[in-house]
Amino acid sequence: MVLPNKTPAQTPASEKRSLGRGVFQKCDGCGQVHTAEDFAESWWVCASCGAHHPMSPAEWRRLLLDDGALETWDEHVSPTDPLGFDDGKSYRARLERAVGRSGHSEAVEVGRATLSGRRVAYGSYVFPFMGGSMGSVVGERVTRLFERAHDERLPVILIHASGGARMQEGLLSLMQMAKTVGALRRFRAARRVFVSVLVHPTTGGVAASTALLGDVNLAEPGALIGFAGPRVIESTLRTTLPEGFQRSEFLLAHGMVDLIVPRAEMKSTLHALLSHLEGP
Amino acid sequence: MNHVLAFERPVVELVKRVAELRELAREDARLSAELKRLEEKAAKAAREVFARLTPMQKVQLSRHPNRPYTLDYVHRLFDDFIELRGDRRFADDASIVGGLGRYHGRSVVVVGHQKGRSTKENMVRNFGMPNPEGYRKAIRLYELADRFGLPVVTFIDTPGAFPGIEAEERGQSEAIGSSLEVMSRLGVPIVTTIIGEGGSGGALALGVANRVLILEFSYYSVISPEGCAAILWKDGTRAPEAAERLRITAPELLDLGCVDAIVEEPPGGAHQDHDEAARRLDRALYEALMSLGGLDAEALREDRYSRFRRLGSFVA
Ligand SMILES: [Zn+2]
Repeated sequence: MVLPNKTPAQTPASEKRSLGRGVFQKCDGCGQVHTAEDFAESWWVCASCGAHHPMSPAEWRRLLLDDGALETWDEHVSPTDPLGFDDGKSYRARLERAVGRSGHSEAVEVGRATLSGRRVAYGSYVFPFMGGSMGSVVGERVTRLFERAHDERLPVILIHASGGARMQEGLLSLMQMAKTVGALRRFRAARRVFVSVLVHPTTGGVAASTALLGDVNLAEPGALIGFAGPRVIESTLRTTLPEGFQRSEFLLAHGMVDLIVPRAEMKSTLHALLSHLEGP
Repeated sequence: MNHVLAFERPVVELVKRVAELRELAREDARLSAELKRLEEKAAKAAREVFARLTPMQKVQLSRHPNRPYTLDYVHRLFDDFIELRGDRRFADDASIVGGLGRYHGRSVVVVGHQKGRSTKENMVRNFGMPNPEGYRKAIRLYELADRFGLPVVTFIDTPGAFPGIEAEERGQSEAIGSSLEVMSRLGVPIVTTIIGEGGSGGALALGVANRVLILEFSYYSVISPEGCAAILWKDGTRAPEAAERLRITAPELLDLGCVDAIVEEPPGGAHQDHDEAARRLDRALYEALMSLGGLDAEALREDRYSRFRRLGSFVA
């Protein structure tokens, strides 16, 4: 479940990159100030403290895929407004705004690519698009990702970053959890590899569907990963949560992820995993 | 029966008078005409009041403290029920019950959320909000069903999965996700009924079925109306508006294709007559299981996949 209008006021990193010389960015971890160029150069990882800052889907492509190239699938699958949802601002208006702000057609992009020469089916949630929330379009695209990967005998690499199911499509959003996991089940029956990458933040209905069901689950350092949002837990239990709760290191300690992988090593780690599981 | 919602008061009073008169009519046959008249009047009043219920009033009924819970149906619908407990990993979560029972002569596996009737029982049942071990118990029972070729019957009635520190430590997300995956791959028929509250992912974890039934005054939603109102308007008291916008009532969910059939409740709601509610559910459940009788394991998996595969609204 996701905040409809509280998508963080983050400029897509790709835009920051084009801001030019002389612009400074403060690290969310240690407060150190970096030039935008240096920050972008280090894939938004702080050179002083190692904090990983959000990265746009375009940068994820550049980080992981050969030539940064993704042959996209199903970009034409577009949202409707099945409930006629309006809470003072209409869902349609929110969708339009999300397209404008994120530069993406919906909250996930999927397609075919190569990773160090290996053919892969690839997907990445688009957090700046309504918090990466899963409605019908996300569910359909992720489902088709697994179906096509099954047909084309490709492994699936899916980068998760989502607040959960999209409230504005009601129960249809919840049903996407069953739909995507059903597609994963069929894909898995054919003994294809699924590597789940967990990025800050991955919560709610997306965390509780494909995100933790990878053959291997990789997490970025410091990512928030959990079912219930921390504020929900705090208000339910009337308590404050311990430092580091629901962060990647916490999940590693509790046996929920296999590895915490710094951004700089993500591509080589994925390549090594695929060559073990699929053969060299 | 001391919990009466404001809008159901006139109906409840009539239902009570019918019950009293029925007792008297047992002794005195001359009262049978009067009984019939009063029964009709009560049914009509119930129809009128209940036809105009707002979505939030239906949510209140779904949470009614006298509403039949999973075990109330289990004891009425299944013979020789044997409860099986524990996830074999950590604990037994009493907010989900499961076991073996005989349904119309055929052994089945039953799994359902279980709320408590009293405060004390609710401490044990955690108000029907499972921890990961609850879902892992369910998974264990699904796999047992699959191994022995037994149909699975599940009952959904939860405000949601428990949002707790330990739930997160033990992998609430993974437990729910795995439950979805295991239900997807079972080679036996699965029929689910939402008997009360269908609260989000914690409900769906028991709901990946070939047929999904819903009781007339149950709801099933991606988020609670209160939670939705708190997010949209920072005001939980606007839950009734959220309940309208989310389209969470049985007829609306039937229109969206999310449920396959609605089970009508007795006049005044399932809590007025547990036996009659169970009889009505029985008919729908029997029909649903029969409709799946001819399918082999692979056909059942594909039937389930295509049922969920077509859900969603998009342009392509
Ligand atoms: Zn730093």
